[in-house]
Amino acid sequence: MTDAGFIPNVEESLTVHAEKAMIDPPTGQVVMTLRDVAVAFAGRTAVRDVTFDVCAGEVTALIGPSGSGKTTLLRALNRMHDAERSAVVTGTIRLGDLDVYGPDTDATLLRSRVGMVFQRPNPFPTMSIYDNAVAGLRFNGVRKKALLDDAAESALIAAALWDSVKDRLKANGGTLSGGEQQRLCIARALAVEPEVLLMDEPTSALDPIATKRIEELVGELKDRVTIVIVTHNMQQAMRVSDRCAFLLMGEDKAGGLIEFGPTSRLFSEPSDPRTLDYVNGRFG
Amino acid sequence: MTDVLDAPADPILERRQAVQAAAASSLRRRKLGSRLALGVCWACLLIAVIPLVAVVVYVVAKGLPAWNVDFFTQPTKPEGIAGGGVSNAIVGTVVITVIAVVVAVPFGLLCGLFLAESDGRFATTLRFTADVMTGIPSITVGIFGYIAIVRNFNAYSGFAGAFAIGFIMLPVIIRAGETAFRGVPRSLNEAAMALGARRATVARRVVVPTALPGVITGVLLAVARGLGETAPLLLTIFGNQYLQWNPSKTMEALPILIYNYSSQPYADLVQVAWGAALLLMVVVLVLSIGSRLLANHLGKVRR
Repeated sequence: MTDAGFIPNVEESLTVHAEKAMIDPPTGQVVMTLRDVAVAFAGRTAVRDVTFDVCAGEVTALIGPSGSGKTTLLRALNRMHDAERSAVVTGTIRLGDLDVYGPDTDATLLRSRVGMVFQRPNPFPTMSIYDNAVAGLRFNGVRKKALLDDAAESALIAAALWDSVKDRLKANGGTLSGGEQQRLCIARALAVEPEVLLMDEPTSALDPIATKRIEELVGELKDRVTIVIVTHNMQQAMRVSDRCAFLLMGEDKAGGLIEFGPTSRLFSEPSDPRTLDYVNGRFG
Repeated sequence: MTDVLDAPADPILERRQAVQAAAASSLRRRKLGSRLALGVCWACLLIAVIPLVAVVVYVVAKGLPAWNVDFFTQPTKPEGIAGGGVSNAIVGTVVITVIAVVVAVPFGLLCGLFLAESDGRFATTLRFTADVMTGIPSITVGIFGYIAIVRNFNAYSGFAGAFAIGFIMLPVIIRAGETAFRGVPRSLNEAAMALGARRATVARRVVVPTALPGVITGVLLAVARGLGETAPLLLTIFGNQYLQWNPSKTMEALPILIYNYSSQPYADLVQVAWGAALLLMVVVLVLSIGSRLLANHLGKVRR
């Protein structure tokens, strides 16, 4: 149900959806808008009724127990479900003025604007650290050496990796530790200078110290890129995010948005009793 | 570009614009390259599939006219006599394959289980041997069967053929079994061990049942492989134009019949060979597809 004439009128549509889920209106500038988003695989709905806005320069966390559709929703934001034939995304997702699932929208161009970091570090095994860092630029047709070098340095600095790898940029990415590999993957995503960075439980395969580094990084990157992060760890959501979307699996086994709002409010005085139970660790 | 998104510092904004400009301007070229690559893939696929389809169509077209009730129920008749079939070859192939399976499957699967469960030097050697066995030319296996069985017992026989065919199937079963048994998650092994099960018990009650779909697929594929082998039979079963159920006597088999009759100058015998070729092809096809369906079904039931 792509609605061609749909103009994202935030106030109005949020009021409409406020009945379905508790939603606070956004305060900053909106980068991405989600309206009635649902994802189904082979006819079975995995997540539905998701409506909220992603604000510029903020970290938005998707939280909820397993099966609530966090990752599925995240992957819908940069059309990673395109490769799965049985997947159908309905509702409206916009990046600025661009209809993400519009008929004229090119998925590859979209993904150069909405990057992604995955659960497990996945540097390309046949590429050096430098080649990994600039891989996205090369994929997008950037050839200028100066631009590649600048982007690599800037991204590696931003990912807090530059000092430890600047003397061995030609080394293989696999020689790095797990945490460093994940930061290389973050640098790789940053080098393309996306407007939004999606992170799918980026610390789930890392030890506590490496996790701490990544969390600090997320806070530092806010000025550079808007972040949407999936986490199953409520403490992590509390530490890194400005806003939270709480998802929960309904009785029909499909995940849905329960509540969306500033992290501080969601964790202190949520509107929905289910949110309260979850953030207090009574289930999930 | 939407100014909403571009709050951050300048160099980053500049780079973002440069990257997006490069991405947009190279999009046509990249799309073209992508289509070209896809086109080459499709072309290669077609070229690879054409001979396959051609063989199937040709064999069906040539073989189907030979099929009638007599074809399946009557033994071969000499040239010029109507009503001949291939029942002797069907019986021979079935008997030989069943004996080969009965012998090779337990051996092969136990070897596979051993290979999956141990990584010592002996296992490495055994695995290597199995791999080498896969590569042995089938005529060599035929000679081996001839010397080991036919010469020692002074008689061509179905048993000798089954021995040779079993020899062909053995490495296939070993490696298929190993792969299937290795596919069983280590955590299931450990869960059973943590309950106090001995290693043999773990294998019998947990590993083997869990790996069963893979094992069945592997065995059926090995059978399909063995059915089509000609050279090992050529030197071991001799051929027999009468219906023979006794594997200690000389037997006929479908591949042998095809080999002998297709080179005959008589049109009716060549026709019988085409019919037998079609029959063999259909059986192998049914086994291959059936094994896949069965594996899928078993896999689903479990979940």
